[in-house]
Amino acid sequence: MNDVYAVSAAPHIKQGTSVSSTMWQVVLALTPALLAGIFFFGIQSLLLTLYAIAAAITTEALIQKFRKVPITVSDGSAVVTGILIAFNINSSSPWWLPVTGAIFAIALGKQIFGGLGFNIFNPALLGRAFMMASWPTLMTAGWKFTAPMNNLFQSSINGLRNLPSNVPDVVTSATPLGVIKALRDTTQISSDMANTVMDNLTNMNTLQDFFWGNIGGVIGEVSAAALLIGAAYLAWKHIIEWRIPVSYIGTVFVLIYMFGGINGMFSASIMLPIFHILAGGLILGAFFMATDMVTSPVTKKGRLIFGMGCGIFTVVIRLIGGYPEGVSYSILLMNITVPLIDRYTIPKPFGQRKTAN
Amino acid sequence: MGFKTFPGGIHPRDYKAFSKDKNIEKMPVPKKIVISLSQHIGAPAKPVVKVGDEVLAGQKIAEAGGFVSIPMHSSISGKVTKLDKFRHPTGTLVQGIEITSDGEDKWIELIDDSNYMELTAKDMKDRIAAAGVCGMGGAGFPTHVKLSPPEGKTIDTIILNGVECEPYLTADYRIMLEQANDILAGLKILMKIVDAKNGVIGIEANKPDAIKFFKNLLKNEKNIKVVSLHLKYPQGAEKQLIYATTKRKVPNKGGLPMDVNVVVQNVGTAIAVYEAVRYKKPLVDRVITVSGRIVKNPKNIKARIGTFYSDLLEYCNGTTEEIGKIISGGPMMGFAIPSLETPMTKGSSGLLLFDKKEAYKEKEDVCLRCGHCVDICPMNLVPSLIAHHVRNDDWDSAEKFGVMDCIKCGSCAYVCPSNIKLIQWIDIGKIKVSENRTK
Repeated sequence: MNDVYAVSAAPHIKQGTSVSSTMWQVVLALTPALLAGIFFFGIQSLLLTLYAIAAAITTEALIQKFRKVPITVSDGSAVVTGILIAFNINSSSPWWLPVTGAIFAIALGKQIFGGLGFNIFNPALLGRAFMMASWPTLMTAGWKFTAPMNNLFQSSINGLRNLPSNVPDVVTSATPLGVIKALRDTTQISSDMANTVMDNLTNMNTLQDFFWGNIGGVIGEVSAAALLIGAAYLAWKHIIEWRIPVSYIGTVFVLIYMFGGINGMFSASIMLPIFHILAGGLILGAFFMATDMVTSPVTKKGRLIFGMGCGIFTVVIRLIGGYPEGVSYSILLMNITVPLIDRYTIPKPFGQRKTAN
Repeated sequence: MGFKTFPGGIHPRDYKAFSKDKNIEKMPVPKKIVISLSQHIGAPAKPVVKVGDEVLAGQKIAEAGGFVSIPMHSSISGKVTKLDKFRHPTGTLVQGIEITSDGEDKWIELIDDSNYMELTAKDMKDRIAAAGVCGMGGAGFPTHVKLSPPEGKTIDTIILNGVECEPYLTADYRIMLEQANDILAGLKILMKIVDAKNGVIGIEANKPDAIKFFKNLLKNEKNIKVVSLHLKYPQGAEKQLIYATTKRKVPNKGGLPMDVNVVVQNVGTAIAVYEAVRYKKPLVDRVITVSGRIVKNPKNIKARIGTFYSDLLEYCNGTTEEIGKIISGGPMMGFAIPSLETPMTKGSSGLLLFDKKEAYKEKEDVCLRCGHCVDICPMNLVPSLIAHHVRNDDWDSAEKFGVMDCIKCGSCAYVCPSNIKLIQWIDIGKIKVSENRTK
C-alpha cells in the first residue's frame, strides 16, 4: 500500500460541458441575429451591442469585487445579458440607453440576488422593463423601417385616420404590432377599410418580409430567420429544450387565432397568428429569454405550464392590455411563478406505487 | 430496427474499442492472492482456515456468514500466509485471507455430472450456494438468495443481462462470443430452478455480432429469446432492463424484480451457475477488462479471484504514462481506489487506468437550474433538488423527493454543466436516511 492515487465519487467521466461553455454557446447562437441587425441597420447596431456588453461585464466585475467573491465575468453570462439588452433597443438609440439598461440588469436583476443561478427574473428582461418605464419614447419611437414597410404603415395609418375614431399616437409609435393594436382598438364596428389594412399587414408577402427581417424594428428582433438559426443550434446542443418555446408559441398561435380577429371570435385568418409570432419579440423571447435556465422551471411538465403561461399573458397584453407588445412582461410575470410551478410538478419516480407504502 | 429501451438516459462515448476485439486470455496463476471475506451483499464469510494451512485451488476457506451470504474458496493452491485487513475494490479496508502460491495449481476434485439437468431445483440451488456464486455484474447479491422467492411469489421470466452499458468494459461481450453455450446452459438451469417459462437475453445494439450469434444459437429454442436493446446508458440497470425487455415496472421504494415475477442475472453469473451445477466448480475465476488510454495492452483477462490489480496491470505490460486514477469497475459507477495493491473480487468487471488529465477534479459551480439532470434521470427524479436538500441537511425532504429510489447510475452528474457532485450528495443522503430509519 505505497502508492496513493486520486479518489473521487463516480462517475469518472463527464460530458465535458460547463457553465461557461453553455453561456458562450448562447453568445454564438445570438450572433446570426446580431449580424442581421448590422446588415439591416448598419454598424451602429454593433456599437450599441458592444456598449451594452462592456457595461454588463464592468458592472458584474465591480460588484463581485465589492462583494469580495470570485470575479466570474469570463463565464459569458454577463455577455449574454448585454447582448439581449442591446437586442431590445433600436439602432438610433443614444449610447447611454443600453449602458444604463445593462447596469440595471446586472446590478438589480442579477447580482443583488447573489449572482448567476440565484436570480428570480431574467436580468435582460428586467433591464428592458427598466428602460421601457424610464424612456418609453426612446424605446418605441424612431424605429427605422424599410421603404416598403414604411409605405405599408403609411397606408395603414391613413386608413385608420379614415375610421370613425382617430388614433394620433399611432403615428409616433408605428410598430407593426402597434398598428394591429390600433386597428383593434379603433374599430368596434367592422369596415372594409379595416379589413383591407388587416389584409395588407398579414398577406404572404409581408409575412415573408417579417420572416427574413426585411422590415425594421429593434436590433435583435428584426430577422426571425436569423434567430431561428441560433435557436436550432442551441436545441442541437441540448442547451434549450423544445417544451418552453413550443408551448409558448403554440399558445399564442391558438389564442390569437381564436380571439385576435377584428370581427369577433374565430374571425382571424390563419395569417394573423403567424403575423403575431413574427412581428414582435416573440421569437427572441420564446427561444432565448423564456428558456433562460435560471429563471424557468426544471421539471418537464413545469416547462410546458411556464410556456403556456407566457403565451396567455402575451395574448392578454396584446389584445386587452395597454401595450402592443407584451412578450417581456409575460416572461417576467411567469418568472415569479417558477418556484411554485416546480413545487407542484415534481415527477413521479419510475415504478411509483399506486398506493402509499 | 425497433430496439427496446427505457425513458431517460444518456449517450456517453463508449471507449470499448481498446479491448473489444481482444480474445479472453487466461492469466498465469499469480504468486499471491487475497480472498476478501466481503465480496457480496450480506454478512461477511467466516474463515475456516488459519495461518499456515495448506489449501488447494477450489477449497473452501471461509463459510457463509448466514443465509444472505456466500462461502469463499481459495483460487490457487498454496499456503495461508495472513489473515488481515486488505484493500477492497470499493476503496475500504476489509478482512481477507492471503494465500501464497506453491506454483503448482493443484485443484480439488471436480465432477462432470452430464445429467445435471435431471437434478432437483433444490439440489441445483445447493450446488450454486456451495460454489459461492454471487451476482457478477457489480452489486454481488448472493445468487441462491435471488433464486429463492418467498412463498406466494412466482417467477415467470429469467432475464440475462448482457447489456454491459458501462463504457470501456468488454468482459461480458467477450464471454458472450466465446462462451455462449455455457451461458445458455446456465440460463436453462436458472429457469428450471424457479420454474420460469421464459428466458430473455438482453444485449445492447452496439454488439450486433453477439446478438446475431445468440439468435442463431436460439433458432430451435421456443422459450428463450434475444432482445436487442437501444444503445443508451444505463440500459443494463436492473429496473431499466426489466422495463425494456418486459414493459414491467419494478415498484419503487424498495421493490424487487421478483415483485414483477422476474429474476435478472448477469451473463457471467450464468456461466458460474452452469459450472457450479455441472462440475461443482466454485466461483474462483472470472473475466475482467483491463483498459484505459494509457494501458499498453488492454485485455480481457480470465483471472483468479483475489489476483491483485497490480498483477493484472503488469500482465497488460503496464502503462505508457503516469497513472492519475485507478478505477475498479466501469467509469460511470465504479470506484476510484487509492492503490493498485487491491485484490479483485467476484464482482470485479473492470480495472481502468486514467492519466493525470483524465483524473481531473473539477470544481463545483452553482446550479444553473438547466434541468438536464431531470431530463435524463432514468428513475424520473429531480437530482438537483435531492442534492440541494442533502446539502442543507434536510433528510426528510431528500427522502420525500426519492433519494432512496436513486440507482446511482451517475447520468445526472455526467451531464451536469456545473459539475455538481450529484451522486456524492445523493450517497450521503442515502446513508443519512437509512441511519434515521434504523434509529
